[in-house]
Amino acid sequence: MELSDLVLHHLREVVDLPDLAGTRYELGEEIGRGGLGVVYAARDMQLDRRVALKVMDAAWAGEARLIACLEHPGIVPVYETGTLPDGRVFYAMKLVAGVRADRYVASNPPLGERLRVAHRVGEALAFAHSCGVLHRDLKPQNVMVGRFGEVYVMDWGVEGVAGTPAFRAPETPFDQRSDVYALGALVRFLLPADAHPALIAIAAKAMSRRPDERYADVSGVLLEIEKFQDGLAVEAYVESPWQRVRRFAKRNEVLLWLLAAYAGAKFLVFFARSL
Amino acid sequence: MNKIVVGLIFGAVLGALDGATAWFTPDVRSMMTSIMVGSTFKGMIVGLLSGWFARRVNSTQWGIVVGSVLGLAFAFAVAAMPSENGQHYYLEIMLPGFVVGAIIGFLTQKMGTSSPVKRSS
Repeated sequence: MELSDLVLHHLREVVDLPDLAGTRYELGEEIGRGGLGVVYAARDMQLDRRVALKVMDAAWAGEARLIACLEHPGIVPVYETGTLPDGRVFYAMKLVAGVRADRYVASNPPLGERLRVAHRVGEALAFAHSCGVLHRDLKPQNVMVGRFGEVYVMDWGVEGVAGTPAFRAPETPFDQRSDVYALGALVRFLLPADAHPALIAIAAKAMSRRPDERYADVSGVLLEIEKFQDGLAVEAYVESPWQRVRRFAKRNEVLLWLLAAYAGAKFLVFFARSL
Repeated sequence: MNKIVVGLIFGAVLGALDGATAWFTPDVRSMMTSIMVGSTFKGMIVGLLSGWFARRVNSTQWGIVVGSVLGLAFAFAVAAMPSENGQHYYLEIMLPGFVVGAIIGFLTQKMGTSSPVKRSS
């Protein structure tokens, strides 16, 4: 008997579906698929709440343990881990209601919001590095921006993950500076086409081919972004004297207007007296 | 440095500079010393009050408004006193005093540290 491609495809899908019998979860729809596994929406029947359930090969079980160690507002909390009857492992985590960073950028948010997202990602990354954990596969598809502005970094990589070419540092083996490279690539991705050259320079420095030419750590990138936002000069960008004057004027706009008002008042008094 | 000290310093400096511009009015050049002392003192009081306000309210707009109102009020008090030649210089004193007050109000909002958070025992 021959089966049509459609039936075969359907059977393959059914076989792939995780058997959650014996767990507290009820399977929902598939919401994502990555190199390490498949993410489903599910319902936690004990607590009556929706969760995200990532099902993957037993070889990657370390990922759940890795993320469970990282308690940070920018990292999706893991609720529980377990093993399915077919040997695959799963972990339940917070279901983030929001959009991936690539779709978020497509909605054309203002620059301040884009930088806030980059900053939150950097904070989560810096925290993970302080715990000795690397992401290894940071890219827009692994960043979720929630409905209320919350930012989550997902899909923390484990040893052996190759990363995504456009966001992957050229060197091997990976270290913290490889994540700095990926953060630079993410910042560049988040920036609008007409971004300020200083911001483009920050991203470019973070993405230098030679690791020793990049920022020493993620905090270096964040500090530069903060400097830009505060109207200060950034290390990565050498500005012309005219640009320096413009930046100074923009940073001290109110004070300059007040000084101009003072000069105007003095001139007014001077001319009023001579009338 | 706390905001009150910032207010006092900027008030003194800007008040002195504002007073020094009286040199451009030939009629009052003979009173330069008293004008500068008075203007410095006026600036310091505006700075002190603006700094006190800035420790309680963190708002650039309100800092400018309060500073300018204080500057105007104290400038009026000074202008209301007749000079040695018996004349009043309302416009010459109040208009710049108003703007100097606004500048001091702005600077006290932007610079210096606010009051520390009080801990309950």
